[in-house]
Amino acid sequence: MRAGRTFVLAVPWAWLLLFLAAPLAIVTLIAVAEPADGVPPYRLTWTLDNLRLVATDPLYRNALGLSLKVAAVSTLACLLAGYPMALAIARAPARWRETLLLAVMLPFWTGFLMRINAWIGLLRDDGWINTLLAWLGIGRLPLLYTDAAMYVGIVYTYLPFLVLPLYARLSRLDPELEHAAADLGAPPWRVFLRIILPLSLPGVWAGCALVFIPAVGEYVIPELLGGPQAQLVGRVLWGEFFQNRDWPTAASVAVLLLVVLLAVPALLVRALRR
Amino acid sequence: MSRALAGWLVACYAFLYAPIGFLIVFSFNDGRMVTVWSGASMRWYVALAHDQALIDATLLSLRIAAVSATLAALVGTLAGYALARFGRFRGRGALEAALAAPLVLPEVITGLSMLLLFVVLEQLVGWPAGRGATTVTLAHASVSVAYVTMVVRARLAGSFTTLEEAAMDLYAPPWQAFAFITLPLMVPALAAGWLLSFTLSMDDVVVASFTSGPGASTLPMVVFSATRLGVTPEIYALATVIVTVVAAGLCALSLVRRHAA
Repeated sequence: MRAGRTFVLAVPWAWLLLFLAAPLAIVTLIAVAEPADGVPPYRLTWTLDNLRLVATDPLYRNALGLSLKVAAVSTLACLLAGYPMALAIARAPARWRETLLLAVMLPFWTGFLMRINAWIGLLRDDGWINTLLAWLGIGRLPLLYTDAAMYVGIVYTYLPFLVLPLYARLSRLDPELEHAAADLGAPPWRVFLRIILPLSLPGVWAGCALVFIPAVGEYVIPELLGGPQAQLVGRVLWGEFFQNRDWPTAASVAVLLLVVLLAVPALLVRALRR
Repeated sequence: MSRALAGWLVACYAFLYAPIGFLIVFSFNDGRMVTVWSGASMRWYVALAHDQALIDATLLSLRIAAVSATLAALVGTLAGYALARFGRFRGRGALEAALAAPLVLPEVITGLSMLLLFVVLEQLVGWPAGRGATTVTLAHASVSVAYVTMVVRARLAGSFTTLEEAAMDLYAPPWQAFAFITLPLMVPALAAGWLLSFTLSMDDVVVASFTSGPGASTLPMVVFSATRLGVTPEIYALATVIVTVVAAGLCALSLVRRHAA
């Protein structure tokens, strides 16, 4: 019995030590190493130069600031689009619910890069959206390689990640609570603000985290849809690693990003408690 | 459901599906452009069938996805079982946090940290020698374990304990109760976790780019570099094939379920 239990626990622990703790420790180790010519391109030392550079140089600070802004705006856009969507699915007739939910998940299985490819075709100067805009008399606009295209890509990719946990929460709310509030004379908007919204908050936070965190480190979408000005932190890290072959600086960017991601929820909790 | 909500729902589904519809239509375009329609043709499907680099990358990706999902299912089952059944034990909080960490780690950090691990391991113990399919598989599995654990744990939490207790009352040793009672009951969760891991692996370009080496380009890596050079209807044809396979799989699944019910 004890031996079996020890084995069941030992395997995940060993796995996590090797594939989670060790890699993160090594990233920290390389962040304080010196860049060098050679394979691999670093020399193990103890220097804070890389971390100091990454924390103070405007290039990295702006990238981090821009990433947080893009992630926050995208999360908000996903929430504004996804909340009514999740609510509508939760309120749909029971026999449709499973199909509607499956339809939210289905695009996920068509390949992320494929969908980004479709957006490139749609957003191009001679693409369908511009043809439509010209036909409407608005005229053609540069869309691809702009911030707008990047936001569309992020919202499109991560919307399902917000809708699913939110739906899970909304579908479990007791409809009697709303009936009671309505019977006592609360108008629908008040029922929403006082009953539905507060009770759905755990789902809102879970969904927002699932959008915000990957969006902060996003590399592919700004690279393919955003213009050269969209230097998000994921792109900067990628550039340091693949183009500049500067592993210690790339590792330092990773450490900085990790520290910020750990700090954001802590700061949010403190701000909300006040 | 109010009319406004229903209208919004329709608009959201249109937003989700318009690009996919566009992909499918233009995969049959005769011209090189993905914007101007110049007649229907299958030429991009023919080009796809002769694109050896793309076929090799697809086979490599399928292999990596299958192996990494299986590895993740093995480790994730043990972790999910421990969290659902062992009650309080030392280090439980740490184990839970560590298992959830890959879910909230940005891909670039996962990719970079896994690559550095493989580089250091190669220097210290000589394994894995170089980067390629093996390192990508391990990196994908390390992310997927978190998803399998989550699904398995959700399935086991608070269910089936009476069945396990009945087995033990009838003198089944714990491993038999696990093998003959718990494991069969876990199969739907295992299948869901495996499928999720498989999909994540097939879809990943960032972690694969960091941890792969020369000569081992996965399908997303090939599509990504092709996209940077310019979008062609050939990629749309590939996407249409994937959509067809997924749709066929889902139809088969729902038929099987209806038959079983």
